[in-house]
Amino acid sequence: MRFRTFAAFVAPSLLLMVLFIAAPLTSVFVQSFFVTQPQIQRVETERCTAGFLEQQCTTEIKNVPVLDENGAVVTTTRFVGLDNYRAVVRPDRAFAALSAWDWQALMSIDFWKALRFTLTFTLVTLPLVVGLGLAIALAVNNTMRSIRGPVIFVSLLPFIVTPVIGALSIRWLFVGDGILTRAMEAWSGTEIAMFAQGWTIELLMLFYRVWHVAPFAFVIFYAGLQTMNRETLEAAMVDGASRFERLRYVIVPHLMPLIVFVSLIHLMDAYRVFEEVVGFRSQAHVISLQWLTYDLLQPDDAGNRAVSRASASAMLTMIGIVILLVPLLRKSWRDHKGAR
Amino acid sequence: MSTVKALRQPASLQIVSAGFLLFWCVLALFPIAWIAVMSIKAPLDAFAANPFDVILGPATIAQGNGLTLADIAAALLGGGLAIWFAIKVLPGLVARHVPPGYRPLGWILALIGYCIIVLLAGFILLPRLAQAVNAAMALDPVIGFTTQHYHAVWVENAFWQNFVNSAIVTTGVVTISLTVGTLAGYGLSRSGSNLAFWLLIGALVFRALPHSVLVAGYLPVFINSAELLRPLLGENAPTLYGQPLAVIIVLVSINQPFTIWMLRSFFQSIPAELDEAARVDGCTHFQAFRRVIMPVMWPGVITTGLFSFLLAYNDFLVTSLLLDQSDMTMVPAIAAYFNRETTTTDQVQAIAAAVSITAPLFLLVMAFQRQIVSGLTAGAVKG
Repeated sequence: MRFRTFAAFVAPSLLLMVLFIAAPLTSVFVQSFFVTQPQIQRVETERCTAGFLEQQCTTEIKNVPVLDENGAVVTTTRFVGLDNYRAVVRPDRAFAALSAWDWQALMSIDFWKALRFTLTFTLVTLPLVVGLGLAIALAVNNTMRSIRGPVIFVSLLPFIVTPVIGALSIRWLFVGDGILTRAMEAWSGTEIAMFAQGWTIELLMLFYRVWHVAPFAFVIFYAGLQTMNRETLEAAMVDGASRFERLRYVIVPHLMPLIVFVSLIHLMDAYRVFEEVVGFRSQAHVISLQWLTYDLLQPDDAGNRAVSRASASAMLTMIGIVILLVPLLRKSWRDHKGAR
Repeated sequence: MSTVKALRQPASLQIVSAGFLLFWCVLALFPIAWIAVMSIKAPLDAFAANPFDVILGPATIAQGNGLTLADIAAALLGGGLAIWFAIKVLPGLVARHVPPGYRPLGWILALIGYCIIVLLAGFILLPRLAQAVNAAMALDPVIGFTTQHYHAVWVENAFWQNFVNSAIVTTGVVTISLTVGTLAGYGLSRSGSNLAFWLLIGALVFRALPHSVLVAGYLPVFINSAELLRPLLGENAPTLYGQPLAVIIVLVSINQPFTIWMLRSFFQSIPAELDEAARVDGCTHFQAFRRVIMPVMWPGVITTGLFSFLLAYNDFLVTSLLLDQSDMTMVPAIAAYFNRETTTTDQVQAIAAAVSITAPLFLLVMAFQRQIVSGLTAGAVKG
């Protein structure tokens, strides 16, 4: 295919990606070093009221935003260096907390709180998703052909359901008078409030994510099992491998590329955890990095959005993504060079 | 024969495996099924302590809302008939009455007609019939069933507006991203150049970006877009913030990396000899793409379209930040419900809204299970 034709086919997609992904990315990078504020001027006003013998006058100094001829607020944008990042990371407080070994103080800073949760969430769900997906795939592969279709249908539901709704549906089972909380209360004989402390909410969030992503892992592993070479398995049996050894030394190595694929996709997605915070309404106890940016972008009571700080927090979130991507990119570069 | 016998598993292992599978199916289905049951019960029943009260709904029956055995039989019969017709009869009808070139159009028309007939029969004919039977046989309701929450959500709280917005956004996203994506996917699959490789790698990096990063880039520009675009477009420069069209373009772009990767892998499974043959017959590249490749690409396009649909339909972050309250789509609109979830009635209404959002997805999996599975695995084939 000549370059001109190739360019014509790819151009619309490329244009969209440059305009709406690459450009915003650079603009966020630039924004994170600037602050836009309304221009404030000090206005001295003298107000006089009629008094008994003479007028009583008071002068007061007010800070009011400067308005242009259309009545819109004039804003100035100035370069602030790393101030936005400092406002998000709070290095002074973080250092003080670290040197005093005060975990509580460190966790009172939003950014560190979000980072702690995002990393725990990503690393804890990963083995659970891979393990559960593999277990379901093996179990489905083990059953009669006739019930595989319905089982796959039911398994796809948690994956397909809107993330916020999925989180909500689990939340409703565990709210104060939800059915599972009632069941646990009847069973244990104590009052249980799942949404009163951070760790129970976190547990539910982990459960939700595993429930949501395991079907994806299952479908991929199941497809991988269909291409499993029967003769290799039989050869392993002739060599006297037990059931577990066959799983460990034949089936898992066969699925290894798929396990790596699922893990990478899951790492990327779990690192962007966001919907759980909305669905479980956990912001008072548990927040994630992406939720931090989202919260800064929401208009506050005065209608202002902290776009600069949001940009800084967004760029900090990106660092994690870059670390995740480096091994993946190195691998595809090696593959590409090997292919030529 | 001996190897087959040796591969057979001991009964204990089979029982454990089947038990685990059963456990997983219950786990997968339970939260969704349970909120569906809750949504058709009076608030008192929906949050009852006894699970059987939630399922049977005595308080709902006491209010005079219940289903008799005849109602249940009618519902099962009608539902079964509708599914049987959709699976067994409808494809044959379309194949017989639609000329080959107009298949997709024929399918859309047939589905719309089918939906209208099912809705008419299900909501007008069947209830009347069941009522007549109930009156004749003097049956008592056995299961509580009320549509009051759905009525409150859809009619009183105007959830249908959010539904229309969702429909606009998802249709727009699916159409545009497939049009743009198939072109790019085809180009990338038929070019082995370094440039194509770097484009794909760039797309991979873009796919990993958190969406809030991008929204942080859009927001200031979208809010001030009227001023920024004035030099270019004159007085009628639009404010992009709150425009469904702007959200469509944003979602298409965010979705583009995934779309082109997936379509590319589908295009690669079509042998390049096919377009070479067309080129020998005198087609240009574009004609070969249109007349030879696209007709055999429909499965791939449908699968990718499904995933675009899911992305647009399920999105919360982008739509909630870039749209106004007045033209919210369904998923962010539900936030308004659970923010004022104070009484149990409010909670059950929120549940009814959640079930309303889930229902189309449920139908989607039913209709397109095979395509979804093939789409998931298509990405993994490359490893």
